[in-house]
Amino acid sequence: MSRYVFSLTLLLTIVWLLFSGMWTYVIILSLGAASVLVTVWLVGRMNLLGRDSEAFHMLPAALRYWPWLMGQIVLANLDVARRIFRGPASIDPRIARVRTLQQTHVGRTIMANSITLTPGTVTLKVTEQEIEYYALTAEAVEDLETGEMNRRSLRFEEDLS
Amino acid sequence: MIGVVLDILSWSLLMSGSALLVIGGIGLIRMPDFYSRIQAAGLTDTLCSILILLGLTLQADSIPLAAKLLFTLAFLLFTGPTAAHALAKAARHDGLEPWRRAPGGASSKR
Repeated sequence: MSRYVFSLTLLLTIVWLLFSGMWTYVIILSLGAASVLVTVWLVGRMNLLGRDSEAFHMLPAALRYWPWLMGQIVLANLDVARRIFRGPASIDPRIARVRTLQQTHVGRTIMANSITLTPGTVTLKVTEQEIEYYALTAEAVEDLETGEMNRRSLRFEEDLS
Repeated sequence: MIGVVLDILSWSLLMSGSALLVIGGIGLIRMPDFYSRIQAAGLTDTLCSILILLGLTLQADSIPLAAKLLFTLAFLLFTGPTAAHALAKAARHDGLEPWRRAPGGASSKR
């Protein structure tokens, strides 16, 4: 418990310092410290203190996943931009489904958001076993069918536990 | 010297981001239906905002300012897909069928 109090206090302090940008006046710093303490107290009173009250534990997993996702976003952007120039004749839209490997809500959310974040595909519906999505092209469906995004977001999920 | 390099880097990020914004706008008009227009808007949601905000971060003259820009980017990347998904899901729920290519290869409508 005290561990979560500490990590949340640390997180809020960093965020307050970055957002306020005023690091010199004692009166403002003490007001900031007071607001951090009140927030931690409120979070504790709402029984929200726990693994999910701060995001530090997600960082290593995220740092492993984001660079790959960023690469995919760049590739997908260039592809869609090319198709915008070629016009509607270059797209072949369809609705498809992909079976998800993730077991938790967080894992499926990561997968569904990654599908939407890469232009060319958007998640339409998430169920326990599969994700229904709209794809601009047959290539986008093939890309998802290779299962790389599925495997990588599964590893993200496993890194979290 | 380092300032010039940063300026060149930041301006190339800003200009390519703006170019993507314009392309996304063209796509918004050019794509045939609601779902494909969401994909065009996805350009402005993702790489465009990444490039522009990174370009602005390089122009920031203090750490708090840079941090705020990066937080803005993070929030955009978390909320953008949620909004796009909500729109697409609502359209699907309402029974809107996506535009499809006519079997002959030519498009049925513009």
